[in-house]
Amino acid sequence: MLRVLRVLLHKEFLQISRDKVIMRMLFVVPMIQLIVLGNTATFEVKTSALWVVDQDRSTVSRGLLDRFTASGRFDIAGYTATMRPGDDALLNGSANAILVIPPAFARDLERDHRSTVQLVLNAENGSQAGVLQAYAAEIIARYSTVLGSVAPQARAAAIAGGSAGMRAAPVIEIATRGRYNPSLEYKRFMIPGILVQLITIVGTLMTALNIVREKEAGTLDQLNVTPIRPSVFLAAKLIPLWVIGLIEFTMGLLVAVLVFDVPVVGSLAVVYAGAALFLVAALGVGLWVSTVSDTQQQALFVTFSILMVYVLMSGLFTPVRAMPSWVQTVAQINPMMHFIALVRAVLLKGAGFADVWRQLVALAVIGITILSLSVGVYRKRAS
Amino acid sequence: MSARPALLAFMRKEVRHLLRDRQTLAILLLLPIAQLLLFGFAVRTDIHAVRVAVVAPASDAASAALRTRFANSGRFQLLPAVPHADSLESLLRRGQLDVGVVLPPRLADRLTAGEATRVLVVSDAIDPNTGTTMQTYAIAILRDWQDALGAARGAVRIETRLRMRFNPTLESVNLFVPGLIALILTMVTSLMTAISLSREKERGTFEVLLVSPLHPWQIIVGKVLPYLALAMANVVSVLLAAWLVFHVPFQGSVSLLLSASMLFALVGLAFGVLIAAITNSQLAAMLAALGGTMLPNTMLSGLIFPVTSMPLPLQLLTNIVPARWFIEIVRGIMLKGVGLSVLWPQLLILSVMLAVLLTLAIRRTNVRLA
Repeated sequence: MLRVLRVLLHKEFLQISRDKVIMRMLFVVPMIQLIVLGNTATFEVKTSALWVVDQDRSTVSRGLLDRFTASGRFDIAGYTATMRPGDDALLNGSANAILVIPPAFARDLERDHRSTVQLVLNAENGSQAGVLQAYAAEIIARYSTVLGSVAPQARAAAIAGGSAGMRAAPVIEIATRGRYNPSLEYKRFMIPGILVQLITIVGTLMTALNIVREKEAGTLDQLNVTPIRPSVFLAAKLIPLWVIGLIEFTMGLLVAVLVFDVPVVGSLAVVYAGAALFLVAALGVGLWVSTVSDTQQQALFVTFSILMVYVLMSGLFTPVRAMPSWVQTVAQINPMMHFIALVRAVLLKGAGFADVWRQLVALAVIGITILSLSVGVYRKRAS
Repeated sequence: MSARPALLAFMRKEVRHLLRDRQTLAILLLLPIAQLLLFGFAVRTDIHAVRVAVVAPASDAASAALRTRFANSGRFQLLPAVPHADSLESLLRRGQLDVGVVLPPRLADRLTAGEATRVLVVSDAIDPNTGTTMQTYAIAILRDWQDALGAARGAVRIETRLRMRFNPTLESVNLFVPGLIALILTMVTSLMTAISLSREKERGTFEVLLVSPLHPWQIIVGKVLPYLALAMANVVSVLLAAWLVFHVPFQGSVSLLLSASMLFALVGLAFGVLIAAITNSQLAAMLAALGGTMLPNTMLSGLIFPVTSMPLPLQLLTNIVPARWFIEIVRGIMLKGVGLSVLWPQLLILSVMLAVLLTLAIRRTNVRLA
């Protein structure tokens, strides 16, 4: 039996390595995708176009405006005394936000120590609007602290950005530290996730297409009447793809480290343990797809639908913890979610076995379950 | 034999083809709705329970007041107080903590003495956006706390009144529905036509069609029209579901939206025909359609990732991606309620793309037998 397996394995490797389209699909396309996606997949909010409606036109209002420009987060798209042009700019997309400074802004701050500015945001993209709001709120809060912390005679200098002067209220300085990605580099976060997505596509789609192609060509029926046992046949089909998946993962990891500067803080052994288990699940799903599809076209669509669910519920693009709790519960059976969490934790945070053993156990359980269910379905259909 | 009945008969045959493949048809009709539900329920970006731990060397009134503020904010889930900043590290690494707030020793004394104090906010920033957002939420709480402490002493306070335009509830689904329509239209038009035409080529039945009395343009029209109808049915069903299930707003004109969808679908069909013309097998057509249309239309269109965040070369590249313009049109109509006066440039660009693709597709379609 082992000899049969060895012969079949040899045949599979030969068949795959001889097919130019498949070789390209396996090795060239994913790497191009990784490089392109690595550059596009970013939610980073760079500078935003801010329209300022200044109805006060005092040194105090201009001081606030200066704080916005100095932050590096906002470009002033326009500066008017009336609302109308700002509204138009928001509507045609040339501004993302409007800051409205009311008349008598400076006088109110002087007399009542209190005034209200209005911030109008284009909230089409809710999360982007949230980030902008947070930036703006911090700039305004800092400015009011500066204004409040100086005696009236030193205020002119403070508005111009000078020293803090005398303090009249308790001041809490807030220092921040973003751990694991201090430069807030989006690529570092996205690349490991995209890498997982790519080996999922290759592992699942290739398995499904590989078996369905034999079905379409009629060679599967021929194999079924030979003395080769289904388990040997499946092993011969799956082992090469499992190996290819790992090779591809390695190539992707190299691109991630060499091209995108993704750090490898933790141990690669943990990452590979996760990859080996994850690929079992990915191949298992591909095998299941091959049992329910008769043509390559169907296999493509079924795989596509499954991957869609996988990807959206994996935390690749949006945090799992932002999902409603019932979705989070369902997501527990998604191997991609566990593997992405593992890869990110190990590569970026330096997590070890002790920190990610939960993900490893989950991957093992899911992988073995999916694979044995799919083999069961396959046997039933084959017999 | 006049041309029109032949075309009709051919189209009837094509529709039957489409209807008979039950599995593919079911996927094509149900997948869009499933995608919408998935986007609507699963794709959210705002974390509502940020896990925060306060590190206070001594638990005094000041730190207790801060903890109460975090607990009552509705955004934070307050973890038990951590005595030492060192223990934050392992919590962060295991992903059991999002934000740590480290208070200095003798905080209360310093505040009463009017001394400046320093508070450290540590956040898990591997996801830069989420990290920054959580950090700023924490800072907002600290600032409010500071204001409350300073209010008695007459500190200056600038309040901000917020207005979220075009999507006041910040629902992610409102943002994604326009993109989803683009995705579905691409799938049904480009991918399906490319596969369907190349299947005929692969099986040799395309040659049979060529020697039939049908004119080549009739073959193409007969092939693509059923998919156009299917695509429009998908658009309507997704819009209805978005409106009924997620109450996605509808500010602008429905007829303009449907016309724009039709235009975009035609662009997709022309691309599908072009792909079938230049490839020889189903597999190659599939790969070309996935790589040439699906991928750019999802990744380079602003569907998920904002175009303005991309590096400049890729931003320039997005100009030739049809979905980029279509998504701008649909978002403009649905969320902003703008009409032709604002959206004509995008519509014009799509029309030009259609003209170019159609010309190429007609040129490249080989009407002679090899």
